[in-house]
Amino acid sequence: MSANGHFVSIQGVRKRFDNLEVLHGIDLDVGEHNVVCLIGASGSGKSTLLRCINLLERVDAGTIVVDGETITSAKVDVNRLRQKIGIVFQAYNLFPHMTVLQNLTLAPRKALGVSRADSLDRARTLLRRIGLEEKADEFPDRLSGGQQQRVAIARALAMEPKLMLLDEITSALDPQLIGEVLELVRELAESGMTMIVATHEMSFAREVANKICFLDAGVIHEEGTPEEILSAPREERTREFLARVLEAGRL
Amino acid sequence: MGQFLHEFFNPLDFLRSAPQVWNGFLFNLKLMVVAEAFILVLALALAIVRGLPGRGAAPLRWLAIAYTDVFRGTPLLLVLFMVQGFATLNYAGLSSDTLFRNGAIALILVYTAYVTEVYRAGIESVHPSQRMAARSLGLSYMQTMRYVVLPQAIRRVVPPLLNDFIGLQKDTVLITVIGLTEALAAANFFQSDYANFTGLTVTAVFFIFLTIPLARFTDHIIKEREKRERAQGV
Repeated sequence: MSANGHFVSIQGVRKRFDNLEVLHGIDLDVGEHNVVCLIGASGSGKSTLLRCINLLERVDAGTIVVDGETITSAKVDVNRLRQKIGIVFQAYNLFPHMTVLQNLTLAPRKALGVSRADSLDRARTLLRRIGLEEKADEFPDRLSGGQQQRVAIARALAMEPKLMLLDEITSALDPQLIGEVLELVRELAESGMTMIVATHEMSFAREVANKICFLDAGVIHEEGTPEEILSAPREERTREFLARVLEAGRL
Repeated sequence: MGQFLHEFFNPLDFLRSAPQVWNGFLFNLKLMVVAEAFILVLALALAIVRGLPGRGAAPLRWLAIAYTDVFRGTPLLLVLFMVQGFATLNYAGLSSDTLFRNGAIALILVYTAYVTEVYRAGIESVHPSQRMAARSLGLSYMQTMRYVVLPQAIRRVVPPLLNDFIGLQKDTVLITVIGLTEALAAANFFQSDYANFTGLTVTAVFFIFLTIPLARFTDHIIKEREKRERAQGV
């Protein structure tokens, strides 16, 4: 917990790539065991924000505090920090030369120093939980997209993170495979995992989020409960965005 | 035509020269195995150094770049003479052991430069998202290299590595110029003794029979891996 009682506290975060400022001063608080959904068009800065929280990108200005630790400070040990912040990507990014089981045990063994036996136990428990126990010895390329993404989530969970960042994890999936992945995220939310989720799935956001933030051009344009944002948005841009999403959904 | 066949493909001379050439060929084999072992390790180390991130590692990167520039640009024969020349400054006599060592050093110096570039291409071919995924799990730079990037990079460069390995095998005959009795030297001796070139043909046959099974074997392991790891019908 940080001083202001939030598990994640983001203040005035700015990020620039060459001449393009992608994040123009983001402020965001996430309480422990809460789920915050980030919505907004592609390029609005959702992914960049998530990567900044995992230190895959360095912020140019502002501070991010996670679990009482100022992670944007220059002194922070990035490897240790990342061990408690899991991230799942749109493109799964599983390690193709390793079996599912090896994907799940690599980081616990090498980064956390968990014994081989313990890491295998943990991995098998996770695979059971995601319903892919029988795929333990398969290589990722032999799984469906939905299965790969579930393995990617399990790989992040194998590190027993305190915070999960999900970066449009269903965007690359065929529509019929989205359900199984969202179901897993729903379970995670119910188990009390603190999560920041960038998503285009509005009905899912409505269901799991404690708070929804609408990002537009690098700022949080509007935030509130799912009810406030999705049913009664105050801002014109939020309304426009939701109308476009709704229209795309109808097509 | 008859003359040509007689000079290069005489069955009697083929059999007569084969044992001699074979004795020399064993030197080529030994040279290529010893050199390749060093090359594979040194080149990998250089490729990793060349990819090191950060300003602090810049001098190391420059050294690695300078090394590949110099030894990829210098003809092998020249390097061989230079190594030999340098060695004779320090040693009075030249046994076949020192000749072997000098030959190995020259081959290692030059081929390490080539193979470094092969490894580097392999490392760069691994998609950045793989590194990102590994780092996001809390693995360090070196752990990411060791467990995620290199295994994928190396399997991708097996065919070009084999190519360089075959090149190395063949270039072991250059050692003949510093006076080591390897296969080509043996064939030349045979030719001067019997005024017949069939010994050269024998040497060629030995080299060809060495590379063909190696190439087929590499194809085989690549195919097996594909079968195991890739989705069917893709």
